[in-house]
Amino acid sequence: MRTLLAASAALIALTTSTLAEIKIGSVLSVTGPASFLGDPEKKTLEMYVADINAQGGVNGEKIKLFIYDDGGDANKARTFATRLVEEDKVDAVLGGSITGTSMSMLGVFDEAGIPYISLAGAAGIVIPVRKWVFKTPHTEPMSCGKIFDDLKKRNLLNIAMISGTDGWGKAMREECIKMAPQFGVKVLKDEIYGAADSDMTPQLTNIKNTPGVQAVINCGFGQGPAIVTRNYRQLGIIAPLYQSHGVSSKSYIQLAGAAAEGVRLPAGATIIADQLPDSDPLKKVVTAYKNKFEKATGQPVSTFGGHMHDALFILVEAMKRAKSADKAKVRDEIEKTKGFVGTGGMVNMSPTDHLGLDLDAFRMIEIRNGDWALIR
Amino acid sequence: MAEFLQFTFSGLTVGAIYALVALGFTLIYNASDVINFAQGEFVMLGGMVTVFAAAAGIPLPLAALLAIAVAVTVGMLLHRLAIEPARGATAVTLIIITIGASILLRGLAATFFDKNFHSLPPLIRSEPWMVGGAALLPQSVVVLIGTAVIVAALWSFLTRTMTGKAMLATASNRLAARLVGINTSAIVGLSFMVSAAIGAIGGILAAPITLTNYDVGTLLALKAFAAAMLGGMGNPLGAVAGGLLLGLLEAFGAGYLSSQYKDAIAFIVILFVLFVRPQGLFGKIGVERV
Repeated sequence: MRTLLAASAALIALTTSTLAEIKIGSVLSVTGPASFLGDPEKKTLEMYVADINAQGGVNGEKIKLFIYDDGGDANKARTFATRLVEEDKVDAVLGGSITGTSMSMLGVFDEAGIPYISLAGAAGIVIPVRKWVFKTPHTEPMSCGKIFDDLKKRNLLNIAMISGTDGWGKAMREECIKMAPQFGVKVLKDEIYGAADSDMTPQLTNIKNTPGVQAVINCGFGQGPAIVTRNYRQLGIIAPLYQSHGVSSKSYIQLAGAAAEGVRLPAGATIIADQLPDSDPLKKVVTAYKNKFEKATGQPVSTFGGHMHDALFILVEAMKRAKSADKAKVRDEIEKTKGFVGTGGMVNMSPTDHLGLDLDAFRMIEIRNGDWALIR
Repeated sequence: MAEFLQFTFSGLTVGAIYALVALGFTLIYNASDVINFAQGEFVMLGGMVTVFAAAAGIPLPLAALLAIAVAVTVGMLLHRLAIEPARGATAVTLIIITIGASILLRGLAATFFDKNFHSLPPLIRSEPWMVGGAALLPQSVVVLIGTAVIVAALWSFLTRTMTGKAMLATASNRLAARLVGINTSAIVGLSFMVSAAIGAIGGILAAPITLTNYDVGTLLALKAFAAAMLGGMGNPLGAVAGGLLLGLLEAFGAGYLSSQYKDAIAFIVILFVLFVRPQGLFGKIGVERV
């Protein structure tokens, strides 16, 4: 009996050691103010990894996930990053839902030499280029550029800005102010609100009373832009309102209600999957993602889960090309990603561009009848 | 002039919500010397339970009543399970217990409901009224009237009813109150329930304007604490005045000075009060005989 036990124990030890696993770590803001980013990202990651494992894994190895929730706190994120490196000894890391947490973690992974793909917006994550750091979402210069393009087309060159004090709002505000002169856009008034404020009427009153304002840009994410939008209509301001892709989830329309009608924003194609022409190369990917996500979770799709979708498959394809989970090889292959069609657009990375998205991936969207409508 | 009016409307609306939370602080502080940092969570419960009950098909007025009932039950349980068993402990210990309760309630709400922001339809659905060039939301008027009604009801409860007078007696001297036969423990429990009800009503009235989520109580409690300090901790009228004043200060600060420092105003107020007038605007200077 005892020998039998020992033999089976040895057998188990043997099988577990030969069955290697790919360890993927992820630190996301599943709770806290950015939970509407982290929550769909976590669901997307778990959903696709379960699929990949059911189909036999990557290069014959199953993926094991290590997911931590930083609650939107950059300090916590850094602690978890260290834990992923030192204790869990992961092969690659996806995540950092927001700019703040990503910026605090990227140094850890860059030093340890672990491929890291961030899901946060700010361009500062990949500029300057760091050897091991990549990202998938559109950046704030892209958002500003797309909005300014649209303003130019409509000949609305005198604008006001109202920005949140969150990492995204701040980064985008700075970028837009820097870029405005290149487009001939003048910022006549520049207002700020706290990320958790519940009333932006005073700031908007100042904008309303600034003569000559033809359009207003709101930089921010979370509930702030929804309140700005409501207050905006309550004050009866008629100038067109622009949001960033920080609001590209259905919850923004639900919260802002009728006030959201006519608001324009640049965003990835995920939220308008069914409105894309069949000829659009993104159509297949975004429709498949949208259907899968909505069926699995019962929630409307947002672009944020799509960033995780793209990050995961860029990584998985790099691992397949590298034919292993070897960190250095996988990193090199991620950098060689070419013609990858994700939910955010076509990705062509290079040693000098660790994002690889062009402006084409971005669509100008208007909110009509409580839904997204593609402006052609 | 129009912008002055606009800032005033904005400040009074936000201030009225601070006032209701500050009132809750005051009631519990009076009865038990505890500053209940879970007060903001009552506001959250009021809004969130109404949202989710209404989403489940319960008519809005019933959903609101249910939310108040839930908040009152939570207030009672908080007292019965956390405060009462530790009754011998110092005020600081009790305050720490309420902070723990606040974190627990937030966590429960995040798992039981969800982590998204929600809104409620306003009581009066209509376009904002234009008063002297400034937009006034009908819901703001509802919040202000609601606050006034609650303050009036609380006032008559405290001065006209036996239970209310027992509460005042407990507040002014617990030992003496016990000697004349008042069940002070029940009174403290009652103060938790009344505070919870006031908080929940505030949460329901405010949700159409400020939106609500599982996390909304934290900042609200902090601001309302500043308001209660400003008005004088333990003075119900001071709490209301402090709340309105803080709301106005924030609105005028954001409008006339810089919106960058809006959140700092509450903290500047706390520091100012502590340095210059620790008893607050309406509080009495505490004299302790040794």
